[in-house]
Amino acid sequence: MKTREIIFGILAALVLAVFLSPFASEHPDGLERVAEDHGFIERGEGEPAVDAPVPDYVVPGVKNEKMATALAGALGVVIVFAAGYGAARLLVRSAKSGRAQKRG
Amino acid sequence: MHIPDGFLSPPVWASGWAVMTAALGWCVKKTHALLEEKMVPLMGVMCAFIFAAQMLNFPILGGTSGHLLGGVLAAVLLGPCPAAVVLASVLVVQCLVFQDGGLTALGANIFNMAIVGTMGGYFIFRLIYKMKSTPKVFLIAVACAAWFSVILAATACAFELALSGTVALTSVFAAMAGVHALIGIGEALITVFVVEFVVKARPDLVYGLKRRGL
Repeated sequence: MKTREIIFGILAALVLAVFLSPFASEHPDGLERVAEDHGFIERGEGEPAVDAPVPDYVVPGVKNEKMATALAGALGVVIVFAAGYGAARLLVRSAKSGRAQKRG
Repeated sequence: MHIPDGFLSPPVWASGWAVMTAALGWCVKKTHALLEEKMVPLMGVMCAFIFAAQMLNFPILGGTSGHLLGGVLAAVLLGPCPAAVVLASVLVVQCLVFQDGGLTALGANIFNMAIVGTMGGYFIFRLIYKMKSTPKVFLIAVACAAWFSVILAATACAFELALSGTVALTSVFAAMAGVHALIGIGEALITVFVVEFVVKARPDLVYGLKRRGL
């Protein structure tokens, strides 16, 4: 994969996460809908096992909700790219990693 | 379809962690054996794209929304095992950073979406594409696999909810399958669109086009 293509891929993800996600549907998703209809949604509304830093894709402290979601999207794209790249870097076939460093 | 804390009973979520660890461990081993250097950035880009696409809930009937799962998209482009690793990475970040899906339920969520949806969906893709390996059948196989991947993951989720005693199996199964049959149409459309784009731009990167066996 050429550097240009990698940048294109990340930019595409950033555009989706930053510019489109604030306008995504706010209706409950499939599981939430089923949980509401079958009366068990409140079981999931207790204290979560861990407190996440950016709950519900809204960066805390940002007044404008659309902006808070856009920021969360950008943050998430960077973190998951690093996570996926890092995981792949650890898992890459070790015998080949020495000689196949060239790009593209 | 991210299960929050509280929906699953301790025996079910603990089993979810156990089964997921075994299955994902196998995928990690397979990925380690197959992963080429040139795929490393693609794994990162795939994670980023699936994360972003999962934020984009689209409305379906009756005040409900759905979003891309991305399992078949990743599996057709990268292969089923690297795809499972990608989906698992996205789910871990969603859980720990964005509280999307509970930590107790993370095992079950990875099992449902990264293993059942992704591997199951890819199996269906292979089944269809192996019958007739033409470009047209390729896209049909991608569409069917994407739709089924959502149904498969939703079914696994329904079973876990029923096993937990949260809700009766027959009613939750019908409800989950019904609503996700609609979400699956969105999944199929988006997956075909993106796969077609990559096939046109870089066919050499598309795992589903070159690999024969499962």
